[in-house]
Amino acid sequence: MCALCGVLGGSGHWTDAAARPGVFTRNVDGLQRRRERAHRIACASRVLNYYGLTLSDWQASSYVLSTATGKTEIVDNLTHLWATAEKLLGRSCDPLDPDLIVRLETFGG
Amino acid sequence: MAEPVFIPVNLITGFLGSGKTTLLQRLLGHPALADTAVLINEFGEVGLDHHLLERIDDTMVLLQSGCLCCTIRGELSAAIKDLHSKRGRGQVPRFRRLVVESTGLADPFPILSTVQADPVLRHHFRLGNVITTVDAVNGTAQLARQPECTKQVAVADRLVLTKTDLAQAEATDALIARLRRLNPSAPLSRAAEAPLDAEALLSHDLFATAGRSEAARRWFAAEVTPRDDEAVHDRNRHDETIHAFALGFDGPLDWTLFGLWLTMLLNRHGEKLLRVKGILNVAGSSAPVAVHGVQHLVHPPVHMAGWPDADRRSRLVFIVDGLDRRLIERSLQAFLRQDAGSGEQVLNQTALA
Repeated sequence: MCALCGVLGGSGHWTDAAARPGVFTRNVDGLQRRRERAHRIACASRVLNYYGLTLSDWQASSYVLSTATGKTEIVDNLTHLWATAEKLLGRSCDPLDPDLIVRLETFGG
Repeated sequence: MAEPVFIPVNLITGFLGSGKTTLLQRLLGHPALADTAVLINEFGEVGLDHHLLERIDDTMVLLQSGCLCCTIRGELSAAIKDLHSKRGRGQVPRFRRLVVESTGLADPFPILSTVQADPVLRHHFRLGNVITTVDAVNGTAQLARQPECTKQVAVADRLVLTKTDLAQAEATDALIARLRRLNPSAPLSRAAEAPLDAEALLSHDLFATAGRSEAARRWFAAEVTPRDDEAVHDRNRHDETIHAFALGFDGPLDWTLFGLWLTMLLNRHGEKLLRVKGILNVAGSSAPVAVHGVQHLVHPPVHMAGWPDADRRSRLVFIVDGLDRRLIERSLQAFLRQDAGSGEQVLNQTALA
Protein backbone atom coordinates (compact mmCIF):
# COMPACT_ATOMS: atom_id res chain seq x y z
CA MET A 1 0.00 0.00 0.00
CA CYS A 2 1.17 3.51 -0.75
CA ALA A 3 1.75 5.15 2.63
CA LEU A 4 0.98 8.63 1.31
CA CYS A 5 -2.34 8.11 -0.38
CA GLY A 6 -3.52 4.73 0.84
CA VAL A 7 -3.81 3.09 -2.57
CA LEU A 8 -3.82 -0.67 -2.21
CA GLY A 9 -1.70 -2.54 -4.72
CA GLY A 10 -1.49 -6.13 -5.85
CA SER A 11 -5.15 -6.76 -6.43
CA GLY A 12 -4.33 -9.60 -8.80
CA HIS A 13 -6.40 -8.69 -11.82
CA TRP A 14 -6.65 -11.50 -14.38
CA THR A 15 -4.92 -9.47 -17.09
CA ASP A 16 -1.90 -9.10 -14.81
CA ALA A 17 -1.31 -12.83 -14.58
CA ALA A 18 0.12 -12.23 -17.99
CA ALA A 19 1.23 -14.43 -20.79
CA ARG A 20 4.75 -14.11 -19.51
CA PRO A 21 4.56 -15.30 -15.89
CA GLY A 22 6.42 -13.12 -13.47
CA VAL A 23 6.01 -9.90 -15.37
CA PHE A 24 3.28 -8.64 -13.12
CA THR A 25 2.90 -11.21 -10.44
CA ARG A 26 6.32 -11.31 -8.85
CA ASN A 27 8.79 -8.69 -7.94
CA VAL A 28 11.31 -9.64 -10.59
CA ASP A 29 12.44 -8.10 -13.85
CA GLY A 30 11.33 -4.55 -13.17
CA LEU A 31 12.35 -3.34 -16.63
CA GLN A 32 10.17 -5.87 -18.35
CA ARG A 33 7.30 -4.90 -16.08
CA ARG A 34 7.71 -1.23 -16.98
CA ARG A 35 7.85 -2.16 -20.66
CA GLU A 36 4.60 -4.12 -20.34
CA ARG A 37 2.91 -1.21 -18.62
CA ALA A 38 4.07 1.21 -21.32
CA HIS A 39 2.75 -1.15 -23.98
CA ARG A 40 -0.56 -1.48 -22.17
CA ILE A 41 -0.91 2.30 -21.90
CA ALA A 42 -0.08 2.74 -25.61
CA CYS A 43 -2.67 0.13 -26.60
CA ALA A 44 -5.36 1.54 -24.31
CA SER A 45 -4.65 5.08 -25.45
CA ARG A 46 -5.51 4.29 -29.05
CA VAL A 47 -8.98 3.28 -27.92
CA LEU A 48 -9.29 6.03 -25.31
CA ASN A 49 -8.37 8.70 -27.91
CA TYR A 50 -11.70 8.00 -29.53
CA TYR A 51 -13.35 9.24 -26.34
CA GLY A 52 -10.93 12.14 -25.81
CA LEU A 53 -9.36 10.50 -22.77
CA THR A 54 -5.69 10.06 -21.89
CA LEU A 55 -4.04 7.42 -19.74
CA SER A 56 -0.67 7.58 -18.03
CA ASP A 57 1.34 5.48 -15.62
CA TRP A 58 1.39 6.28 -11.94
CA GLN A 59 4.31 4.94 -9.93
CA ALA A 60 4.24 1.65 -11.83
CA SER A 61 1.35 0.58 -9.63
CA SER A 62 -1.75 2.37 -10.91
CA TYR A 63 -2.85 4.45 -13.86
CA VAL A 64 -4.16 7.99 -14.17
CA LEU A 65 -7.09 8.57 -16.50
CA SER A 66 -7.92 12.15 -17.54
CA THR A 67 -10.44 13.95 -19.70
CA ALA A 68 -9.56 16.86 -21.99
CA THR A 69 -10.92 19.25 -19.36
CA GLY A 70 -8.73 17.83 -16.65
CA LYS A 71 -11.09 15.59 -14.72
CA THR A 72 -8.79 12.90 -13.38
CA GLU A 73 -9.17 9.56 -11.65
CA ILE A 74 -6.71 6.90 -10.51
CA VAL A 75 -7.47 3.42 -11.82
CA ASP A 76 -6.02 0.12 -10.61
CA ASN A 77 -6.58 -2.23 -13.51
CA LEU A 78 -8.27 -2.63 -16.89
CA THR A 79 -11.69 -3.51 -15.51
CA HIS A 80 -11.59 -0.46 -13.30
CA LEU A 81 -10.41 1.58 -16.32
CA TRP A 82 -13.59 1.13 -18.37
CA ALA A 83 -15.96 1.71 -15.46
CA THR A 84 -14.04 4.91 -14.59
CA ALA A 85 -13.94 6.06 -18.22
CA GLU A 86 -17.72 5.74 -18.41
CA LYS A 87 -18.10 7.65 -15.17
CA LEU A 88 -15.86 10.52 -16.35
CA LEU A 89 -17.56 10.67 -19.74
CA GLY A 90 -21.12 10.21 -18.59
CA ARG A 91 -21.73 7.79 -21.44
CA SER A 92 -20.97 4.20 -22.28
CA CYS A 93 -17.75 2.87 -23.84
CA ASP A 94 -18.88 0.01 -26.02
CA PRO A 95 -16.33 -2.08 -27.95
CA LEU A 96 -19.19 -3.19 -30.22
CA ASP A 97 -19.93 0.41 -31.22
CA PRO A 98 -19.70 0.31 -35.06
CA ASP A 99 -18.16 3.81 -35.20
CA LEU A 100 -15.35 2.80 -32.85
CA ILE A 101 -14.74 -0.39 -34.83
CA VAL A 102 -14.57 1.53 -38.11
CA ARG A 103 -12.11 3.98 -36.60
CA LEU A 104 -9.85 1.20 -35.31
CA GLU A 105 -10.10 -0.61 -38.64
CA THR A 106 -9.30 2.53 -40.61
CA PHE A 107 -6.70 4.28 -38.54
CA GLY A 108 -5.57 1.60 -36.17
CA GLY A 109 -7.02 3.80 -33.41
CA MET B 1 7.93 -21.68 -0.14
CA ALA B 2 5.38 -24.37 -0.84
CA GLU B 3 2.72 -23.66 -3.44
CA PRO B 4 -0.56 -22.81 -1.75
CA VAL B 5 -3.20 -25.53 -1.91
CA PHE B 6 -6.59 -24.26 -2.94
CA ILE B 7 -9.66 -26.27 -2.06
CA PRO B 8 -11.81 -26.69 -5.17
CA VAL B 9 -15.44 -25.59 -4.90
CA ASN B 10 -17.92 -27.34 -7.16
CA LEU B 11 -21.35 -25.94 -7.77
CA ILE B 12 -24.24 -28.26 -8.52
CA THR B 13 -27.06 -26.36 -10.11
CA GLY B 14 -30.12 -27.21 -12.17
CA PHE B 15 -33.75 -26.25 -12.28
CA LEU B 16 -36.26 -27.28 -9.57
CA GLY B 17 -36.81 -31.01 -9.59
CA SER B 18 -34.04 -31.74 -12.06
CA GLY B 19 -32.29 -34.19 -9.76
CA LYS B 20 -29.51 -32.18 -8.13
CA THR B 21 -29.83 -33.87 -4.76
CA THR B 22 -30.09 -37.34 -6.25
CA LEU B 23 -26.94 -36.64 -8.25
CA LEU B 24 -25.18 -35.33 -5.17
CA GLN B 25 -26.22 -38.39 -3.22
CA ARG B 26 -24.79 -40.66 -5.91
CA LEU B 27 -21.57 -38.70 -6.20
CA LEU B 28 -20.95 -38.64 -2.47
CA GLY B 29 -21.24 -42.41 -2.36
CA HIS B 30 -18.10 -42.57 -4.49
CA PRO B 31 -15.03 -43.44 -2.39
CA ALA B 32 -12.86 -40.87 -4.16
CA LEU B 33 -15.11 -38.12 -2.84
CA ALA B 34 -15.22 -39.29 0.75
CA ASP B 35 -13.42 -36.17 1.95
CA THR B 36 -15.91 -33.75 0.44
CA ALA B 37 -17.81 -31.17 2.43
CA VAL B 38 -21.26 -30.19 1.27
CA LEU B 39 -23.17 -26.96 1.58
CA ILE B 40 -26.80 -27.11 0.68
CA ASN B 41 -29.38 -24.40 0.59
CA GLU B 42 -32.62 -24.45 2.51
CA PHE B 43 -35.45 -23.19 0.42
CA GLY B 44 -38.73 -22.41 2.14
CA GLU B 45 -40.01 -23.74 5.43
CA VAL B 46 -39.09 -27.37 5.02
CA GLY B 47 -35.50 -28.34 4.40
CA LEU B 48 -36.60 -30.89 1.85
CA ASP B 49 -33.23 -31.25 0.24
CA HIS B 50 -31.75 -31.87 3.64
CA HIS B 51 -34.12 -34.74 4.39
CA LEU B 52 -33.45 -36.32 1.03
CA LEU B 53 -29.74 -36.31 1.52
CA GLU B 54 -28.68 -39.41 3.31
CA ARG B 55 -24.98 -38.92 3.67
CA ILE B 56 -23.87 -35.53 4.73
CA ASP B 57 -21.59 -36.22 7.69
CA ASP B 58 -20.81 -33.38 10.02
CA THR B 59 -19.51 -31.02 7.42
CA MET B 60 -22.84 -29.72 6.22
CA VAL B 61 -24.04 -26.27 7.04
CA LEU B 62 -27.60 -25.34 6.23
CA LEU B 63 -28.14 -21.93 4.75
CA GLN B 64 -31.30 -20.58 6.29
CA SER B 65 -32.30 -17.50 4.43
CA GLY B 66 -33.92 -18.84 1.30
CA CYS B 67 -32.84 -18.37 -2.25
CA LEU B 68 -29.11 -18.61 -2.74
CA CYS B 69 -29.00 -16.30 -5.73
CA CYS B 70 -30.29 -13.04 -4.35
CA THR B 71 -30.25 -12.94 -0.61
CA ILE B 72 -27.37 -14.75 0.91
CA ARG B 73 -24.18 -14.07 -0.87
CA GLY B 74 -22.87 -12.80 2.41
CA GLU B 75 -24.23 -15.83 4.17
CA LEU B 76 -22.65 -18.18 1.66
CA SER B 77 -19.33 -16.50 2.17
CA ALA B 78 -19.77 -16.68 5.96
CA ALA B 79 -20.78 -20.35 5.78
CA ILE B 80 -17.70 -21.27 3.74
CA LYS B 81 -15.43 -19.29 6.04
CA ASP B 82 -16.97 -20.96 9.07
CA LEU B 83 -16.43 -24.36 7.53
CA HIS B 84 -12.84 -23.49 6.68
CA SER B 85 -12.23 -22.25 10.19
CA LYS B 86 -13.66 -25.45 11.71
CA ARG B 87 -11.50 -27.46 9.35
CA GLY B 88 -8.43 -25.59 10.54
CA ARG B 89 -9.33 -26.18 14.19
CA GLY B 90 -9.97 -29.86 13.62
CA GLN B 91 -13.68 -29.63 14.43
CA VAL B 92 -14.57 -31.14 11.06
CA PRO B 93 -12.49 -33.56 8.99
CA ARG B 94 -9.88 -31.99 6.71
CA PHE B 95 -12.06 -31.98 3.62
CA ARG B 96 -10.30 -31.54 0.29
CA ARG B 97 -13.28 -30.49 -1.78
CA LEU B 98 -16.41 -28.44 -1.20
CA VAL B 99 -19.66 -28.95 -3.09
CA VAL B 100 -22.33 -26.26 -3.02
CA GLU B 101 -25.80 -27.26 -4.11
CA SER B 102 -27.84 -24.24 -5.15
CA THR B 103 -31.60 -23.94 -5.29
CA GLY B 104 -33.25 -24.54 -8.63
CA LEU B 105 -34.17 -20.89 -8.96
CA ALA B 106 -30.68 -19.54 -8.41
CA ASP B 107 -28.66 -17.68 -10.97
CA PRO B 108 -25.29 -19.43 -10.57
CA PHE B 109 -23.21 -16.33 -11.21
CA PRO B 110 -23.32 -14.67 -7.75
CA ILE B 111 -22.29 -17.95 -6.15
CA LEU B 112 -19.27 -18.25 -8.42
CA SER B 113 -18.33 -14.65 -7.90
CA THR B 114 -18.58 -15.04 -4.11
CA VAL B 115 -15.91 -17.75 -4.17
CA GLN B 116 -13.67 -15.97 -6.63
CA ALA B 117 -13.96 -12.40 -5.42
CA ASP B 118 -14.30 -12.65 -1.64
CA PRO B 119 -11.03 -11.28 -0.23
CA VAL B 120 -10.67 -14.14 2.25
CA LEU B 121 -12.10 -17.04 0.28
CA ARG B 122 -10.01 -16.46 -2.81
CA HIS B 123 -6.86 -17.23 -0.88
CA HIS B 124 -8.13 -20.63 0.26
CA PHE B 125 -10.59 -21.81 -2.36
CA ARG B 126 -10.77 -21.95 -6.11
CA LEU B 127 -13.66 -22.64 -8.44
CA GLY B 128 -14.00 -26.17 -9.73
CA ASN B 129 -16.44 -27.51 -12.27
CA VAL B 130 -20.00 -26.24 -12.40
CA ILE B 131 -22.33 -29.21 -12.87
CA THR B 132 -25.81 -28.55 -14.20
CA THR B 133 -28.57 -31.14 -14.10
CA VAL B 134 -31.24 -31.03 -16.78
CA ASP B 135 -34.45 -33.00 -16.51
CA ALA B 136 -35.09 -34.93 -19.75
CA VAL B 137 -38.85 -34.90 -19.20
CA ASN B 138 -39.36 -31.21 -18.40
CA GLY B 139 -36.11 -29.70 -19.61
CA THR B 140 -37.36 -28.45 -22.97
CA ALA B 141 -40.26 -26.55 -21.39
CA GLN B 142 -38.07 -25.17 -18.62
CA LEU B 143 -35.48 -23.91 -21.08
CA ALA B 144 -38.18 -22.16 -23.07
CA ARG B 145 -39.78 -20.46 -20.08
CA GLN B 146 -37.18 -19.97 -17.39
CA PRO B 147 -34.24 -17.65 -17.98
CA GLU B 148 -32.45 -19.08 -14.91
CA CYS B 149 -32.57 -22.53 -16.44
CA THR B 150 -30.92 -21.35 -19.67
CA LYS B 151 -28.23 -19.55 -17.72
CA GLN B 152 -27.55 -22.62 -15.62
CA VAL B 153 -26.97 -24.63 -18.80
CA ALA B 154 -24.80 -21.94 -20.39
CA VAL B 155 -22.37 -21.67 -17.48
CA ALA B 156 -22.02 -25.44 -16.96
CA ASP B 157 -18.69 -27.22 -17.23
CA ARG B 158 -20.52 -30.55 -17.08
CA LEU B 159 -24.11 -31.29 -18.07
CA VAL B 160 -25.96 -34.21 -16.53
CA LEU B 161 -29.16 -35.28 -18.22
CA THR B 162 -31.49 -36.92 -15.69
CA LYS B 163 -34.68 -38.97 -16.04
CA THR B 164 -33.83 -40.13 -19.56
CA ASP B 165 -35.45 -43.45 -18.65
CA LEU B 166 -38.77 -41.62 -18.24
CA ALA B 167 -38.61 -39.51 -21.40
CA GLN B 168 -39.33 -40.34 -25.05
CA ALA B 169 -36.16 -40.94 -27.04
CA GLU B 170 -37.07 -38.34 -29.69
CA ALA B 171 -37.78 -35.72 -27.04
CA THR B 172 -34.45 -36.48 -25.40
CA ASP B 173 -32.61 -36.14 -28.71
CA ALA B 174 -34.28 -32.78 -29.38
CA LEU B 175 -33.36 -31.62 -25.87
CA ILE B 176 -29.74 -32.67 -26.35
CA ALA B 177 -29.59 -30.73 -29.64
CA ARG B 178 -30.91 -27.68 -27.80
CA LEU B 179 -28.40 -28.08 -24.97
CA ARG B 180 -25.61 -28.35 -27.53
CA ARG B 181 -26.62 -25.04 -29.06
CA LEU B 182 -26.60 -23.36 -25.66
CA ASN B 183 -23.39 -24.93 -24.51
CA PRO B 184 -21.44 -26.81 -27.16
CA SER B 185 -18.37 -27.66 -25.14
CA ALA B 186 -19.55 -29.14 -21.81
CA PRO B 187 -19.36 -32.95 -21.75
CA LEU B 188 -22.83 -34.42 -21.26
CA SER B 189 -23.61 -37.51 -19.16
CA ARG B 190 -26.86 -39.40 -18.82
CA ALA B 191 -27.43 -40.10 -15.16
CA ALA B 192 -30.09 -42.77 -15.56
CA GLU B 193 -28.33 -44.99 -18.05
CA ALA B 194 -24.72 -45.27 -17.04
CA PRO B 195 -22.67 -45.24 -13.86
CA LEU B 196 -21.46 -41.72 -13.24
CA ASP B 197 -17.77 -41.00 -13.34
CA ALA B 198 -17.53 -38.86 -10.23
CA GLU B 199 -13.90 -37.96 -10.89
CA ALA B 200 -14.62 -36.76 -14.42
CA LEU B 201 -17.59 -34.70 -13.22
CA LEU B 202 -15.95 -33.03 -10.26
CA SER B 203 -12.19 -33.29 -10.52
CA HIS B 204 -11.15 -32.97 -14.14
CA ASP B 205 -11.15 -29.22 -14.31
CA LEU B 206 -8.79 -26.80 -15.94
CA PHE B 207 -6.67 -26.07 -12.88
CA ALA B 208 -6.35 -29.65 -11.79
CA THR B 209 -5.28 -30.85 -15.22
CA ALA B 210 -3.21 -27.93 -16.55
CA GLY B 211 -0.03 -29.91 -16.12
CA ARG B 212 -1.15 -32.79 -18.30
CA SER B 213 -0.64 -32.90 -22.02
CA GLU B 214 -4.17 -34.00 -22.83
CA ALA B 215 -5.67 -31.29 -20.66
CA ALA B 216 -6.03 -28.61 -23.27
CA ARG B 217 -7.87 -30.82 -25.67
CA ARG B 218 -10.14 -32.33 -23.07
CA TRP B 219 -10.90 -29.04 -21.41
CA PHE B 220 -11.63 -27.31 -24.65
CA ALA B 221 -13.75 -30.25 -25.81
CA ALA B 222 -13.23 -30.59 -29.51
CA GLU B 223 -16.89 -31.24 -30.20
CA VAL B 224 -17.58 -27.56 -30.88
CA THR B 225 -19.54 -27.69 -34.07
CA PRO B 226 -18.98 -24.85 -36.50
CA ARG B 227 -21.84 -22.73 -37.68
CA ASP B 228 -24.18 -24.06 -35.01
CA ASP B 229 -25.58 -20.63 -34.47
CA GLU B 230 -26.60 -20.40 -38.10
CA ALA B 231 -29.53 -22.71 -37.43
CA VAL B 232 -32.98 -21.22 -37.84
CA HIS B 233 -34.08 -19.70 -34.56
CA ASP B 234 -37.48 -18.85 -33.22
CA ARG B 235 -36.63 -15.52 -31.63
CA ASN B 236 -39.72 -15.53 -29.44
CA ARG B 237 -38.31 -18.22 -27.27
CA HIS B 238 -36.08 -16.95 -24.53
CA ASP B 239 -33.41 -19.59 -24.95
CA GLU B 240 -33.09 -18.88 -28.66
CA THR B 241 -31.51 -15.50 -28.06
CA ILE B 242 -28.73 -17.43 -26.35
CA HIS B 243 -26.33 -19.03 -28.77
CA ALA B 244 -22.78 -20.25 -28.93
CA PHE B 245 -20.14 -19.70 -31.57
CA ALA B 246 -16.45 -20.35 -32.00
CA LEU B 247 -13.78 -18.12 -33.49
CA GLY B 248 -10.37 -19.33 -34.57
CA PHE B 249 -7.27 -17.31 -35.39
CA ASP B 250 -3.97 -18.13 -36.99
CA GLY B 251 -0.86 -16.61 -35.55
CA PRO B 252 -0.02 -15.42 -32.06
CA LEU B 253 -2.22 -12.82 -30.31
CA ASP B 254 -1.04 -9.88 -28.27
CA TRP B 255 -2.10 -10.60 -24.69
CA THR B 256 -2.38 -6.93 -23.75
CA LEU B 257 -4.68 -6.13 -26.66
CA PHE B 258 -6.80 -9.17 -25.96
CA GLY B 259 -7.11 -8.22 -22.27
CA LEU B 260 -8.00 -4.67 -23.20
CA TRP B 261 -10.73 -5.86 -25.54
CA LEU B 262 -12.19 -8.47 -23.19
CA THR B 263 -12.27 -6.16 -20.16
CA MET B 264 -14.02 -3.49 -22.23
CA LEU B 265 -16.52 -6.01 -23.60
CA LEU B 266 -17.23 -7.44 -20.14
CA ASN B 267 -17.62 -3.99 -18.64
CA ARG B 268 -20.37 -3.14 -21.10
CA HIS B 269 -21.90 -6.54 -21.94
CA GLY B 270 -20.83 -8.85 -19.10
CA GLU B 271 -24.36 -9.92 -18.30
CA LYS B 272 -24.95 -10.98 -21.89
CA LEU B 273 -21.65 -12.75 -22.26
CA LEU B 274 -22.61 -15.90 -20.41
CA ARG B 275 -19.42 -17.72 -21.15
CA VAL B 276 -16.12 -17.21 -22.86
CA LYS B 277 -13.64 -20.00 -23.03
CA GLY B 278 -10.55 -20.35 -25.10
CA ILE B 279 -7.04 -21.47 -25.75
CA LEU B 280 -4.80 -18.67 -26.96
CA ASN B 281 -1.54 -18.74 -28.81
CA VAL B 282 0.00 -15.75 -27.07
CA ALA B 283 2.94 -13.87 -28.57
CA GLY B 284 6.02 -14.51 -26.43
CA SER B 285 4.72 -17.71 -24.84
CA SER B 286 5.59 -21.15 -26.18
CA ALA B 287 2.70 -22.92 -24.43
CA PRO B 288 -0.98 -22.06 -24.81
CA VAL B 289 -2.81 -19.89 -22.31
CA ALA B 290 -6.33 -20.92 -21.34
CA VAL B 291 -8.86 -18.21 -20.57
CA HIS B 292 -12.21 -18.88 -18.99
CA GLY B 293 -14.86 -16.39 -18.02
CA VAL B 294 -18.45 -16.48 -16.76
CA GLN B 295 -20.19 -13.16 -17.19
CA HIS B 296 -18.16 -10.45 -15.42
CA LEU B 297 -15.95 -12.98 -13.77
CA VAL B 298 -12.74 -14.11 -15.46
CA HIS B 299 -10.77 -16.94 -13.92
CA PRO B 300 -7.03 -16.38 -13.61
CA PRO B 301 -5.59 -17.47 -16.97
CA VAL B 302 -3.84 -20.83 -16.88
CA HIS B 303 -0.55 -21.52 -18.60
CA MET B 304 -1.00 -24.97 -20.04
CA ALA B 305 1.91 -27.40 -20.00
CA GLY B 306 1.99 -27.60 -23.77
CA TRP B 307 -0.08 -27.79 -26.91
CA PRO B 308 -2.14 -30.97 -27.11
CA ASP B 309 -1.45 -31.44 -30.84
CA ALA B 310 0.10 -29.76 -33.86
CA ASP B 311 -2.73 -27.24 -34.14
CA ARG B 312 -1.40 -23.86 -32.99
CA ARG B 313 -4.48 -21.77 -33.66
CA SER B 314 -6.08 -19.66 -30.98
CA ARG B 315 -9.61 -20.82 -30.38
CA LEU B 316 -12.37 -19.00 -28.51
CA VAL B 317 -15.89 -20.14 -27.76
CA PHE B 318 -18.51 -17.58 -26.76
CA ILE B 319 -21.96 -18.23 -25.33
CA VAL B 320 -23.89 -14.99 -25.61
CA ASP B 321 -27.39 -13.74 -24.93
CA GLY B 322 -28.53 -11.55 -27.77
CA LEU B 323 -25.12 -10.21 -28.82
CA ASP B 324 -24.25 -10.06 -32.51
CA ARG B 325 -21.58 -12.58 -33.44
CA ARG B 326 -20.33 -10.55 -36.40
CA LEU B 327 -19.88 -7.40 -34.33
CA ILE B 328 -17.93 -9.33 -31.69
CA GLU B 329 -15.71 -10.83 -34.37
CA ARG B 330 -15.11 -7.50 -36.10
CA SER B 331 -14.52 -5.72 -32.83
CA LEU B 332 -11.93 -8.26 -31.67
CA GLN B 333 -10.15 -8.13 -35.01
CA ALA B 334 -10.12 -4.33 -35.00
CA PHE B 335 -8.63 -4.26 -31.50
CA LEU B 336 -5.97 -6.85 -32.30
CA ARG B 337 -5.07 -5.11 -35.55
CA GLN B 338 -3.87 -2.04 -33.71
CA ASP B 339 -0.84 -3.92 -32.46
CA ALA B 340 1.88 -1.37 -33.07
CA GLY B 341 4.70 -3.66 -31.95
CA SER B 342 4.36 -6.27 -34.66
CA GLY B 343 2.84 -4.17 -37.41
CA GLU B 344 -0.60 -4.95 -38.69
CA GLN B 345 -1.73 -8.24 -37.33
CA VAL B 346 -3.89 -10.05 -39.81
CA LEU B 347 -6.10 -12.63 -38.26
CA ASN B 348 -7.05 -15.24 -40.71
CA GLN B 349 -10.35 -16.81 -39.92
CA THR B 350 -9.97 -20.54 -39.99
CA ALA B 351 -12.40 -23.36 -40.47
CA LEU B 352 -13.62 -22.91 -36.91
CA ALA B 353 -15.32 -19.62 -37.59
